[in-house]
Parts: sequence; C-alpha cells; structure tokens
Amino acid sequence: MFVEVLISFFLVLAGVFGLVGSFGLIKLRDSMQRLHAPTKATTLGVGGVLIASMLYFLLVKGQLSFHELLITLFLFITAPVAAHFVAKAYIQASMKPKDLPKCDGPYGWAVFDDPPNAFDQD
Amino acid sequence: MMSRLLPHPFFSLTLTVVWLMLVNKVTVGNVLLGGFFGVVVPMITAPYWPGRPTVRKPVHVAGYMAIVLCDIVVANFQVAAIILFKRNKTIHSQWVEVPLDITSPEAITILAGTITMTPGTVSAMLSADSASILVHCLHTDDPEAVRDQIKHRYERRLKEIFP
Repeated sequence: MFVEVLISFFLVLAGVFGLVGSFGLIKLRDSMQRLHAPTKATTLGVGGVLIASMLYFLLVKGQLSFHELLITLFLFITAPVAAHFVAKAYIQASMKPKDLPKCDGPYGWAVFDDPPNAFDQD
Repeated sequence: MMSRLLPHPFFSLTLTVVWLMLVNKVTVGNVLLGGFFGVVVPMITAPYWPGRPTVRKPVHVAGYMAIVLCDIVVANFQVAAIILFKRNKTIHSQWVEVPLDITSPEAITILAGTITMTPGTVSAMLSADSASILVHCLHTDDPEAVRDQIKHRYERRLKEIFP
C-alpha cells in the first residue's frame, strides 16, 4: 500500500512537471526564454518517472534495474549540449554582437569571432 | 604499451560498466563483450581525445555531483514557479557574461552543463578564446549575484577537481 502511494506520488509529480514544462513552451515570449522550460522543468518530469520505475521494479518485482540510471545519465549529458546548440543557432540566426554583453577578453564571442590560431592549422 | 592499448582507462571502465547496465545482466559473455567495447571504442575515437584529463581529489567529484543534483531539483521548482505564477511582463531575462578561471576543456564542458541544468540559467556560448561564457538568465534583477554564484558555487569546486 505504502509502496503504491510512493510510486503514484512520483508519477504524478513527474506528470505535473512535464505539463508545466510544455506549458512554458507556449507561454514564454522569445526563443531564449522558451529554452529554459524544456531544459529544466522536464528534467524532474522525466526523473520522476524513472524514480517511480526503479521503485516499482525494486519493491514490487524484486529486481534491480539499471536502465533508469542510464537514461538519467544520457539525459544529463545530452540535454545541456542540445540546449547549447539551440542557443548558439538562435544567436547566429537572429542576434547581432551589439545585443550581447561585451566580452572582457581580447577575443569576442565564438559565433562572431574566430578563435586564436584559427588559420594556423591546415 | 599500456598507454597505447588503453589511452583512457577510466573511459574504458565507464564503457564496460555502461554496457553491463544496458544488458542488465552480468554474465561472463557480457563482461567480455563490454571489455571488448571498452578497449576498441577508445582506440577508434582516440583522435577526438588528444589530452588526458587528470582528476584530482575524487572525493570532491561525489560532493560536486550531490550539490548539482540538489540544485537541479531546486531549479525545477523555481522555473516551474516562474512559468506558472509570473506575468510575462515581469520576467526580466538578461544575458550575463561570466569570466572563466578554469582552462581545461573538460572542466569548461562540465561547468557549461551545470549552468544549463541549474537555477534559471542556460549557457549559450563561449568566447572565441574560451575565456568567458555567455549565460542567459530567465529571471534576475541582479546579474552580478548570478555571476558570483556560478563562480563561487561551481567553478571554485571544479578548479579543485581539475588542476
């Protein structure tokens, strides 16, 4: 009984966060803001389902499952990288250097400026 | 000899463990197959991993992961609250530039990933010489505080892990 309540709790929590993340996609104003919704609110959405799944297999079926940990690992690796790509593509497509804060160092931001030694290596 | 066969021992070990977790069953055959992947994949991808990052103080790695996990949970609630309860007009999004002290590519990658997963920030771009990172903040009235928090909470710890 207690186990079922616990598993249901995590499932409902995950559903709520998934919904909020998707709602954020409609509600927020520009692309950069919308990027925040799927990278964060949905992490707990997926995480909740995975915790519930692990608990189910551990406590109800009595076997240890590692797939959930792997999904978490892959999610944590891919989500920030994908978000970084989307952000960079957005900046490239629709922003100008003057819209961004100035870079402190001698080189500008990577989308607009070449890295040091860009032309040394063939 | 050893370094040519196993250019990245931890990478090989990780691959083997991930393979065993994928098949979800530890048998001799699976261990051998996982070990095979652990040796062959790093060999094939060696050109993409020229450097060999050294990790100092492995205990700090666990501490860092615990902190980041806690922050991810907090971040989820914060972002959900902003999405649900703030009017669009009162959300002040800002770009923040964070100058970096860490230089190793691995450390910068982990920092950028951490920034994206944690409260209200997404890492958007590096400067061309990787000396600073551009961060987009969903809602803040105090960009300096955000920058100081990233530098103090995450970068300081990464600096101890990656020399």
